[in-house]
Amino acid sequence: MKTENQKAWFFVLPVLLLVAFNALIPIMTVVNYSVQETFGDNLFFWEGLSWFEQILRSDRFHDALGRQFLFTFLILIIEVPLGIIIALSMPKKGIWVPVCLVTMALPMLIPWNVVGAMWNIFTLPDIGLLGYFINNTLGIEYNMTRSPVAAWVTIIVMDVWHWTSLVVLLSYAGLVSIPDAYYQAAKIDGASPWKVFRYIQLPKMKTVLTIAILLRFMDSFNIYTEPFVLTGGGPGNSTTLLSIDLVKIALGQFDLGPAAAMSLIYFAITLLVSWLFYTLMTKDDAK
Amino acid sequence: MAKITLKNLRHSYLPSPKGAEDYALKEIDLDWQDGGAYALLGPSGCGKSTLLNIISGLLTPSEGRILFDDVDVTDLPPDQRNIAQVFQFPVIYDTMTVRDNLAFPLRNRGVAEARITERVAEIAAMLEVVELLDIRASHLSPDNKQKISMGRGLVRDDVNVVMFDEPLTVIDPHLKWKLRSKLKELHQRVKATMIYVTHDQTEALTFADQVVVMQDGEVVQIGTPVELFERPQHTFVGHFIGSPGMNVLDATEAGGRVSFEGQEIAVEGKVTGQGGATQVGIRPEFVSIGATGLPARVRKVSDIGRHSVVEAMVGDTPVKAVIDGEAPGQGDAVHLAFRPDQTRLYRDGWLSIETDGAVAS
Ligand SMILES: Nc1ncnc2c1ncn2[C@@H]1O[C@H](COP(=O)(O)OP(=O)(O)OP(=O)(O)O)[C@@H](O)[C@H]1O
Ligand SMILES: [Mg+2]
Repeated sequence: MKTENQKAWFFVLPVLLLVAFNALIPIMTVVNYSVQETFGDNLFFWEGLSWFEQILRSDRFHDALGRQFLFTFLILIIEVPLGIIIALSMPKKGIWVPVCLVTMALPMLIPWNVVGAMWNIFTLPDIGLLGYFINNTLGIEYNMTRSPVAAWVTIIVMDVWHWTSLVVLLSYAGLVSIPDAYYQAAKIDGASPWKVFRYIQLPKMKTVLTIAILLRFMDSFNIYTEPFVLTGGGPGNSTTLLSIDLVKIALGQFDLGPAAAMSLIYFAITLLVSWLFYTLMTKDDAK
Repeated sequence: MAKITLKNLRHSYLPSPKGAEDYALKEIDLDWQDGGAYALLGPSGCGKSTLLNIISGLLTPSEGRILFDDVDVTDLPPDQRNIAQVFQFPVIYDTMTVRDNLAFPLRNRGVAEARITERVAEIAAMLEVVELLDIRASHLSPDNKQKISMGRGLVRDDVNVVMFDEPLTVIDPHLKWKLRSKLKELHQRVKATMIYVTHDQTEALTFADQVVVMQDGEVVQIGTPVELFERPQHTFVGHFIGSPGMNVLDATEAGGRVSFEGQEIAVEGKVTGQGGATQVGIRPEFVSIGATGLPARVRKVSDIGRHSVVEAMVGDTPVKAVIDGEAPGQGDAVHLAFRPDQTRLYRDGWLSIETDGAVAS
């Protein structure tokens, strides 16, 4: 006979507690701040949804959000195809495999703030290797602290340098899992290289690519340290992405209410886009 | 459609092979007649897949030539050889429908769309997958996936040869039987040369008109299933085909007389050649138990349905006999008789005897 009781719940309890402590409770604190006004001394005044309204109507938020989407869009459209191309051109076996893999993994092992500092020094017009080369050898005016375009190009190149490897490694994992017979069959069926990519490699990489894109989306959408160290959000506000703006409001101006409301909106957007993307990508598998 | 000739074919996977053991294929000279149903039979690692991949052009042989109807195709890539190959594990294009999968080889060759529709319909009917045509291929069961892989091989009507590399490994036993008879039927209909690789003798013997037996990168014997059974050219063939396999017994030969365990025994005909390690080969089906003959003691009796397999010791050598009817008990003293016209001498593994009239090759 099948026994039915509720004991199983006890086994879920530890996880539940863990999630509560590292996610639910912090988020609830933020929710708490987002609907109140405080001037310190643990004094709170009920504000309702006015902070949300204020944020959603503010031009400053719209601008930061626009910059954020532009940044994420640009790095995705560069990193994903580039990552796939690099993965496709990596050797499948032999002594060069570990060499390639380690080289690829290196940028990802460097801490965010160090990456920012590295690129900051690297691009200094007077003493930075790259900055000096572009300004003095090529004779092109390039100064991140003055030109917004230079600042944007730099943070994008930096992110591509830092994170394309993730796409490469995940795509590569997908590629090496394809049995030789698929390539042999394709040869016999007379498939062109493009068709091999379109009908064999891409479908086999789809799952890992979905994960790669999701990770890159979430990471780049929440990016803070690197642009903060590199440009500090400038020149002007030109590279003030959402998280930099958020920190300015929360810690610079100490407007905890609006900052909390903004955090929640920010969180909701990240969640919504991730969910939409994931559902879209996995839709036809379920059929 | 074409006759396929393999000339002095050798292949090694090593860049600079030295001894014979470095070669996956040692020296192959073989003709595949147009329209034949061949089975390529041999134990794991004997070079069956290597040979197929060389015929299809996936591999370039280290030495030797491949001719299709006397045209040298050794340097042509697979898609220019007009061949089809089905692999051990089903290969299907997951994102396409079954219909597009079947049409794929034709579309890649620029066949007119009307002709494609016609061919796909024909093949789908033959394979009984008409109702699956609009399903996405990734949703198929393994046996249907393998059917589609076969279908892609059969859909072109201009193929010289269709090769199957152990295509039924992943299929359930009852479906295996169905697919195998399907293949046989397809061969009669499409009339292309077919080469079927397997290491399962039943599969080889039911499918093929001609069986090519390989061992260690060499072709040991080519013949009809009956020839392989009745007159194995090599002890390996005798042992590999038949269940239980042929008895291969160490024997001595002097001046045309053959002795086994100190007793002279009658053989098929005139012994040829001399020297080397000599053995007597006789199938268990032709060993009988009677009142006279070699004295032996029964060690084991196993019931295999209508027959019993009796294993008896002649001196220190076990000999198997297949017996109809009453079998002796374990430990009984018996006498074994070998049917002379089925008792042959092998020298270093190879047949070394002539029948009356025919000359053994
Ligand atoms: N790509 C390869 N590189 C090096 N050696 C190989 C390669 N493929 C096969 N071999 C070797 O060549 C020999 C013949 O292999 P092959 O795959 O042709 O055997 P097979 O008869 O098809 O065996 P099976 O029944 O297991 O499929 C084996 O010794 C195998 O180890
Ligand atoms: Mg094989």
